[in-house]
Amino acid sequence: MSGPMIDKDRPILETRSLGKRFSIGSRFSAEGKRTVHAVDNVSLTVRRGETVGLVGESGCGKSTLARCLVRLYDISDGKLLFEGDDITSKSLSELRPLRRRLQMVFQDPSASLNPRRRVGDLVAEPLRIHGRLSSSEVAKRVAELFDLVGLLPDHVMRFPHEFSGGQRQRVGIARAIALNPDLVVLDEPVSALDVSVQAQIVNLLADLQEKLRLTYIFIAHDLSVVRQVSTRIAVMYLGSIVEEGPAEEVFATPSHPYSQALISAVPVVESTPNGTRRRIILTGDVPSPLNPPSGCRFHPRCPIAAERCRSERPQLREYEPGRKVACHFPTM
Amino acid sequence: MILSVRDLRVSFRTNDGMVRAIDGVSFDLEESEILGVVGESGSGKTVSLLAVMGLITDPNATIEGSIRYKGRELVGLPARELRRLRGNEIAMIFQDPMTALTPVYTIGWQIAEQIRAHRKISKSKAMDRVEELLAEVNFPNPHEAMSRYPHQLSGGMRQRAVIAMALSCNPALLVADEPTTALDVTVQAGILDLVRKLRATHKSAVVFITHDMGVVSELADRVMVMYAGRVVERGSRTELFSDPRHPYTRALLGSIPPLTGEKPRRLPAIPGSPPSLLRLPPGCAFGPRCPVHYEPCKAGKPDLGSGAHAAACFRVAQA
Repeated sequence: MSGPMIDKDRPILETRSLGKRFSIGSRFSAEGKRTVHAVDNVSLTVRRGETVGLVGESGCGKSTLARCLVRLYDISDGKLLFEGDDITSKSLSELRPLRRRLQMVFQDPSASLNPRRRVGDLVAEPLRIHGRLSSSEVAKRVAELFDLVGLLPDHVMRFPHEFSGGQRQRVGIARAIALNPDLVVLDEPVSALDVSVQAQIVNLLADLQEKLRLTYIFIAHDLSVVRQVSTRIAVMYLGSIVEEGPAEEVFATPSHPYSQALISAVPVVESTPNGTRRRIILTGDVPSPLNPPSGCRFHPRCPIAAERCRSERPQLREYEPGRKVACHFPTM
Repeated sequence: MILSVRDLRVSFRTNDGMVRAIDGVSFDLEESEILGVVGESGSGKTVSLLAVMGLITDPNATIEGSIRYKGRELVGLPARELRRLRGNEIAMIFQDPMTALTPVYTIGWQIAEQIRAHRKISKSKAMDRVEELLAEVNFPNPHEAMSRYPHQLSGGMRQRAVIAMALSCNPALLVADEPTTALDVTVQAGILDLVRKLRATHKSAVVFITHDMGVVSELADRVMVMYAGRVVERGSRTELFSDPRHPYTRALLGSIPPLTGEKPRRLPAIPGSPPSLLRLPPGCAFGPRCPVHYEPCKAGKPDLGSGAHAAACFRVAQA
């Protein structure tokens, strides 16, 4: 997806050592009160016009990070900057003007749309809250948005349940782009859809990015979809970024042993018999973020772990221009 | 021949009228063969296998056709007889392992119960067998795992426990309904490996239901593609992926973004969405979304024909 690049190097969103902690349990429970570091020390720069893909296994913190980026969660540590402006601890009323420029699309469109309201009304809602438009202007804008996302004008009076999953996600997208945002965070926007419908939505997102000069942060567990839409990807493991770089390069030559295992595990369609691709099968499960391993958090499952990995946690370092890896022994 | 299904039809009576979920599905399964069933939601892949398992108990359902397991007709078999087969000779793995396990008993207890339901052995013998099974499905510490409750295990481990349970009586037929859909790719790779290994060691025939073409191409010997309650294409893995014939199969394969090589600027998407079974279009159900549909497609439903590699399409029949 190569949208128009305006002022390519100016970061639109930046996180500096961002962290999110959750307290779980209570002082009455057996283990007492404990803290989970769901997102730990994430420094990520998102430039205007690009699509950053966040990938990782479930529980790696990618959705938590996404919610921190739009301030749906309060941030525990570090800083969040929008166009250079520190928005880490802005109050809700201070955030309000920013919300229109920072939008989110959720995974399950049937859960994120109010079933008792007509979809036209749902798309108009952000316009009424932020737009200061007259009702006829709102109606005009809703019609425009429906056309933009590929819904028919007479769909406005329908209820969410009257739509298929793909159409519902189009409504969710229309809501997100209603206020002409600059950045849209998409949390698994296609994973609840039928395979034959996924490609339509992926194409729609690409078209909208080009037309509206959007910047995307795209989260999905389907790696081939992420590769298709992203210009850059960040691989997360247990709350931290372990590898970051241009999407095609990372997919072609992953440097971190975890990225290698993750990418090799994707089943691909091939008519030739098994065994032509080298597959790395990881042993064990993702460790609990309640009790993360010492040193490199991936070392208990890592095929190339050495003594140093058990004690010393590798930092995310730039090995080649644009390619960052958090590993003591990256493949380069 | 382990399983032979002929002209299976399943209909449900609903408030909105009769819904034909399965419309004339036929397939055969040989010993230690893996059949991949691909389709989207509503294509009937799950319902057809629930019918095989005798698990459609809805009083509004009608099942017609023939399902023969080792030559024995299963349609119309009394519940008692079916229960003797199920879990014993025919086992099933469901999509969500959390709902397939009861949360109030340990993994060990649940698997042992299954064994003792079908075999006359003592509790301690059954427990020994459970430990063996858990080791076989790659639990790192099987003895300890036996005393764990489902909520104490990760998703991948739970699915392994369900697989261990399915294997406990050495089933001749294993039906797996999207067993890896709820799992991460890294965990999925391990489970697929396990299924392949089990087919080799237990000689079980496997029906593997999935919506993921990649999974099918890695695992299956033969593939069946379903759309709106009918089989639209069947063939060996090699035939189907090197020479897909049905426009739906072709379009579905084309719409998957590649993992290597050049990225297409736009994905070749299939227009529209899968039809509702209540309002099926006349003729071929894929017609309205099909890039090559023509007059005959509206008139009648194309037959699959009898070949090993066959597609239910008038265009293919014409060519």
